[in-house]
Amino acid sequence: MPTLFLFGASEGGLFDFDATLPLMAVQVVLLTFILNALFFKPVGRVVEEREDYVNTSRAEAKKKIAEVELLETELKDQLKEARLEAQKVILEAEQDSENLYKEALALATSEANESREKARREIDSQRDEALNQLKSEADNLGDLIIERLLAKK
Amino acid sequence: MGFLPFVFPLAELEVGQHLYWQIGNFRIHGQVFMTSWLLIGALLALVVIGTKKMERDPKGVQNLLEFLWDYIRDLARTQIGEKVYRDWMPFIGTLFLFIFVSNWGGALVPWKLIELPSGELGAPTADINTTVALALLVSLSYFYAGLSNKGLRYFEYYVHPTPIMLPFKIVEDFTKPLSLSFRLFGNILADELVVAVLVFLVPLVLPVPVMFLGLFTSAIQALIFATLAAYYIGEAVEEHH
Repeated sequence: MPTLFLFGASEGGLFDFDATLPLMAVQVVLLTFILNALFFKPVGRVVEEREDYVNTSRAEAKKKIAEVELLETELKDQLKEARLEAQKVILEAEQDSENLYKEALALATSEANESREKARREIDSQRDEALNQLKSEADNLGDLIIERLLAKK
Repeated sequence: MGFLPFVFPLAELEVGQHLYWQIGNFRIHGQVFMTSWLLIGALLALVVIGTKKMERDPKGVQNLLEFLWDYIRDLARTQIGEKVYRDWMPFIGTLFLFIFVSNWGGALVPWKLIELPSGELGAPTADINTTVALALLVSLSYFYAGLSNKGLRYFEYYVHPTPIMLPFKIVEDFTKPLSLSFRLFGNILADELVVAVLVFLVPLVLPVPVMFLGLFTSAIQALIFATLAAYYIGEAVEEHH
């Protein structure tokens, strides 16, 4: 292996510096610009656009969740109010119906009493009439009997 | 190792030999560029396929690319800081991806099946030129990051927290690229050598766990290089109070 460790030999060797060095440097700089244009910029744009998209979507979702929660509490309040109102309405309706029932009952009772009174008064007057008639007829009969008895004598 | 009597065709090892291409007065290592172009081509193909039709609900290759992007962004953001990490993310990401595909490409693609007149194909990061180039780019970029962000106040960093630190911080500017380049170079080359030597000695079964270890090290080295590069840049742009 005569060439294995030829340090700084005029030709060949591990440490043979020549125009490869600057040319490689230029090549790497060129590669940097090419990769920047072909790789780093476009991929970075896509990745950052996606990051933006994810961030804005997340922010929007959070906003929407907050809105929904606000709406939910509002609706719950409304529901509670509505329930209370409904209970009140039911209570009122029950009271109304009770009142109506009582009124109707009172009216019916008074009407019934009135008609009974009226009937009794009619019965009374008719009985009085009948009694008077009987009395007058009895008087007439008595008179007749007396006349007949007197006439036979 | 060609002079040994029993030569396994895949295990031939040529260290420090290069396929030279002459360009004007300059010479370059052809095998490094051939593999790096193939691997960069594969990387770009993957990127083009994955970004062709991107959707908000990722499908197929787009998932992989987004995972990589996310990974690189986290790496850059934790090391460099929220303020300027965007400017440096492509550079850190390119370092990571290039080193990663180089290391894994060197380990996974059976390059040795392709005969070269001289040298052999392998991971581009197993060549010292590549790693030094990357490390020097990191040095330049952290100087640039510090100067462009803080102007001349960047040099306050050298006397922070006390002026006694000055010589150490100056030495650091040299040791940073040195350690970056040699760490990567040494790890990848050593991995290739260990696998090659083991294949040469015991061509069955035994090299497989070492190959897996090599894949693991390769990935770790890419991560370490990118993380340290990001850390140096972060250190340069950090505000001292």
